[in-house]
Amino acid sequence: MYALRLWSVRHARGLNAFYRGFERLLVRSSPLLRAIGYARLERPVARVEKAVKGLLFDCRMCGQCVLSATGMSCPMNCPKTLRNGPCGGVRDDGTCEVKPEMRCVWVEAYHGSERIPGGLAAMSTVQAAVDQRLQGRSSWLRVVRAATEPPAAGSP
Amino acid sequence: MAARRARRDRATGGGLAVRFDDEPVPGYPLPILPGHTSPGRFERVLRAGGFAVTTELAPPDSADPEDVYRRARVFDGFVDAINATDGSGANCHMSSLAVCALLTRIGYAPIMQISCRDKNRIAIQGDILGGAAMGVCNMLCLTGDGVQAGDHPQAKPVFDLDCMSLLEIARALRDDHHFQSGRKITFAPRVFLGAAENPSALPHAWRAQRLAKKIAAGAQFIQTQYVFDLALLRAFMDHVEALGIQDRVFILVGVGPLRSAKAAEWMRRHVPGMHVPDAVIARLAGAADQAREGRLICIELIQQIREIRGISGVHIMAYRQEESVAEIVDRSGVLQGRVCWYPGRDTPLESRRTAV
Repeated sequence: MYALRLWSVRHARGLNAFYRGFERLLVRSSPLLRAIGYARLERPVARVEKAVKGLLFDCRMCGQCVLSATGMSCPMNCPKTLRNGPCGGVRDDGTCEVKPEMRCVWVEAYHGSERIPGGLAAMSTVQAAVDQRLQGRSSWLRVVRAATEPPAAGSP
Repeated sequence: MAARRARRDRATGGGLAVRFDDEPVPGYPLPILPGHTSPGRFERVLRAGGFAVTTELAPPDSADPEDVYRRARVFDGFVDAINATDGSGANCHMSSLAVCALLTRIGYAPIMQISCRDKNRIAIQGDILGGAAMGVCNMLCLTGDGVQAGDHPQAKPVFDLDCMSLLEIARALRDDHHFQSGRKITFAPRVFLGAAENPSALPHAWRAQRLAKKIAAGAQFIQTQYVFDLALLRAFMDHVEALGIQDRVFILVGVGPLRSAKAAEWMRRHVPGMHVPDAVIARLAGAADQAREGRLICIELIQQIREIRGISGVHIMAYRQEESVAEIVDRSGVLQGRVCWYPGRDTPLESRRTAV
């Protein structure tokens, strides 16, 4: 929902803090998650993640969430799906070149990042190209596995 | 910065540096000097400290190569490199790769624009190898305008990459000799990599940071969107200097002649990212010959931009006014008597006649 998306950016600091706590919680519960089995969890968790993040951020389930580096403004809502900052087409009133009725996702991201401690530094790191295979998969489970398992060669 | 200015004066003073010592046969690559990444003239001019001039060739809606050569010839002697646009404004034209291949055949130095709008990473990496194989030394990595801006709004926007990930991939091809997949290539594309920037677009405070990000991703030069508001440009350059990145990138500022107040008004409303101050439009509206006034404004801008610290050149965009570029460059005086290379420049007319 667009209005809620803007609200999330205005409350980027609190949401980011909450997110970090949530991430710690998930990582701590990784033995349990592993016991149940990540493959079995994938669909239900992805469904919950889509519902929650869809509501708050208009999440598109790219499967490789970078919200903490984008001031809680989901970059996949950019019509060009830019993940590294605004294009040169931002209108003078801060709206999108492609969708004039929408505020530029990255102008929002800049304001959101200003509210998060270290947010602007995070926004300045180069994000690699999206891995299209992860579309629709849970980013939460991916974060937990990345934090608790050694990277397997070639796995998405 | 003083050092760069001194280098510029040495390189351009009195019409020097019109010919490199190791000038090859037209169409052949120059030897790559230490610290250079491409065998091209454009990188040579910039690294020698010259104030470079680039312009834009609008690819034809035709399959006739002569249409490309005719459009390139109007710039002879006045530009160091020619951008071949890649479906600019999301309109369909001859591909930038093909335009570049035609231009390099006879020795021109094109800048191949690569837009992420129309191709995925498989196609783009293939084009980078193909372009380099055909002698393209400069590539400009762009996100591209949205499809809604062009003549095929019903097309699928690809945007598999963005300009930043495209830069990283191109640099990895050149420096690390592998595709994004990690698969090795046997001969790396030797290219000088560029990107775009728009100092006039929001969020102003973050634009220099975005440039730093592009440098980190692999940009060696940037060409900006049209700049008409020098206050914004100066503020941008102050940010660039504060970040300490001014010596790690060559910045060419975008300029161009406005045909009339009406055209300027239309452009600022319809061309994405174009910012024209009211004062410029008022000045055009008040002139007896608006097109002439537009060229005059452009010349004055070039002269003022040259004086701004940290700027290495100008990029002149004169869509449908390409024939005015030579006059604008000439009257601005920025080449200081330097004659930019073009096919046949160093061959006396007589010997060219007998050779044919």
